[in-house]
Amino acid sequence: MVEPKLPKFDTLSLHAGQQPDPVTGARAVPIYQSTSYVFPDTEFAASLFNLERAGHIYSRISNPTNSVLEERLAALEGGIGTVVTASGQAALHLGIATLMGAGGHIVSSASIYGGSHNIFTHTFPRFGIETSFVDPRDPDAFSAAIRPETRLIFGETLGNPGLEIMNLPVISKIAHEAGIPVMIDNTFATPYLFRPFEHGADIIMHSVTKFLGGHDIAIGGALIDSGGFDWEGSGKFTTLTEPYAGYHGLDFAEEFGPAAFIMRARAEGLRDFGACMSPANAFYLLQGVETLPVRMTRHMENTRKIVAFLDNHDDVGSVSYPELAGHPDHELAGEILPKGCGAVFSFEIHGGRDVGRGFIERLKLFSHLANVGDAKSLVIHPASTTHQQMEAAALTAAGIGEGLVRLSVGLEDSDDLVEDLDQALRSAVRAAKPRRAE
Amino acid sequence: MEFEIDGHIVFANTGGRDFDPSLPTILFVHGAGNDHSVWQMPARYFAYHGRSSLAVDLPGHGRSGGKAPATVEAMVDWLQRVVEAFSFGELSIAGHSMGALVALAAAARMPDKVKSLGLLGIATKIGVHPELLAAARRNDRLAIDLITTWGFSPESQVGGNLVPGVWMTGGGTQLLERIPDGVLWNDLAACDVYEDAPSMARQVTCPTLVLLGSRDLMTPQKGGHALAADIADARTVVLEGCGHMMLVERPNETLDALRDVL
Repeated sequence: MVEPKLPKFDTLSLHAGQQPDPVTGARAVPIYQSTSYVFPDTEFAASLFNLERAGHIYSRISNPTNSVLEERLAALEGGIGTVVTASGQAALHLGIATLMGAGGHIVSSASIYGGSHNIFTHTFPRFGIETSFVDPRDPDAFSAAIRPETRLIFGETLGNPGLEIMNLPVISKIAHEAGIPVMIDNTFATPYLFRPFEHGADIIMHSVTKFLGGHDIAIGGALIDSGGFDWEGSGKFTTLTEPYAGYHGLDFAEEFGPAAFIMRARAEGLRDFGACMSPANAFYLLQGVETLPVRMTRHMENTRKIVAFLDNHDDVGSVSYPELAGHPDHELAGEILPKGCGAVFSFEIHGGRDVGRGFIERLKLFSHLANVGDAKSLVIHPASTTHQQMEAAALTAAGIGEGLVRLSVGLEDSDDLVEDLDQALRSAVRAAKPRRAE
Repeated sequence: MEFEIDGHIVFANTGGRDFDPSLPTILFVHGAGNDHSVWQMPARYFAYHGRSSLAVDLPGHGRSGGKAPATVEAMVDWLQRVVEAFSFGELSIAGHSMGALVALAAAARMPDKVKSLGLLGIATKIGVHPELLAAARRNDRLAIDLITTWGFSPESQVGGNLVPGVWMTGGGTQLLERIPDGVLWNDLAACDVYEDAPSMARQVTCPTLVLLGSRDLMTPQKGGHALAADIADARTVVLEGCGHMMLVERPNETLDALRDVL
């Protein structure tokens, strides 16, 4: 019996997108710190600009180091192509600006990163794009919120910070029946734990800064196209199916077929908005992607130990982690996230905000900062930081209470992490108790 | 653009410019399970360099209506009706894989009309592994994965695309996933039983490019060289390290080779 012999995930993490340098033989991906590329002749140059030939023109639009990262992320997610961007927020903006203009409407999960919530609530409306927020656990709510002008369903694989899990297969079906694509922010899960295209998503965005990079040294984003959405059949996406005057009447769906979306995102989005990734950052982020499978394995081992520890701790009120039986999405997590639910989770400490603050300040190994997905363990208080700009009602809808603490579990020895959490919990609770009269 | 043949809509990409049949025209014919989009760069290049490009979707493929022709001969019949529907000033045909078999036979059948020919990824016989055929008949995903395994060189399976950010095997896979059930099997079966490539080659008199990949497992270059030997005015170009999907794996070299002959 014959079998396909294609490179597998761990191999792709190390090799996808790169051939050893043909001139120098360099094994590592070189940093092509160059803004521009010499054309062999004027005719070749004109052909490159007119998309008749393949190659690089100017690093705002494409760069050889960035291209390796782009191919690698597309390979790991099972997509057709990627555009890497200056940040995750740039990727989100690029995706939406490629799909719609003024008059467009988005149906989004209410449980998303605070920055994404901000751009939907406060910034896109200035450009005529409205968003309706719905409960990520309620597929009917997505269906009910779809309007004639809806152009996108958006959500996160693991909601932020409550780890609500969208029923992506069901919600994708609803979207596709309405002729609308689904974009998923897969930052928390990474393709190692979850591949959204296999569950019906059409577009993926990442903050590559987080687990994909894993080292806290470079900001970057990625927009990845499955190539599977039928833009022509939908009839709702004129940016992809009508002649584009900005490229001499180019019809992206006609000329590029499955690659229409990602080609437009680059040809228009990077050309005009210009939120490109620097090649040095692409190099740094590639170093992280190379070790993604081994790091994620360790992240999951440590997370499971810490979740179990906190879940049994007297000073902890509740732990929100889908692998725990009491989590509302426990069953769904077992079905679509069998390898794990990521290394970011939240818990409530008995005693509310003051004890929570005292706990964070007493931690020694966990770093108090606004990031997740680092090799080092991190902690933050979402209500006063990452989600600070959200109104009280939106905070409640997103399940963000005053005493909620969010951890991003790193790669340290899990015994050391547990010991740090334990001492900080006990000390913070003890400090908050009224002093007994001497 | 769209036009009608046999009562069915035919879709053809014209490379981003309006089609003008009075200009020298190049007809581009895609391979099994593919569509016009595989010719994106050549179609666009020639349309902007004094030619008219007509990258057709065969019946039942891409945006064309009708039923996929069951044999290579039926595809050639259809292509001949396309040629007869237009008053081409001057005509060249380029085909890839199954499309190359069609282009070859069309040039043999219409020697007075076809001025030059481009044959990409072709051999005297395009045999298809029985397990691939069986998987395609079942509409089993295995068929797509086997084509990806054998269609792209080992290097291309790792990547390094000249088109920035596009994952080559991902693109190939998506193209095959788009076609209706049964069409891939139809095409592969048509290739598998077709035996006439050598006799067609002996009838071709126009200048002909035979473009081969040294790592092509679908149409190994040995069969391509044998076919080229039967063509009176053939120019053979071998892309070292390239697999069967030269339009994706080596787009610029493929365009250069086409440009030199068409």
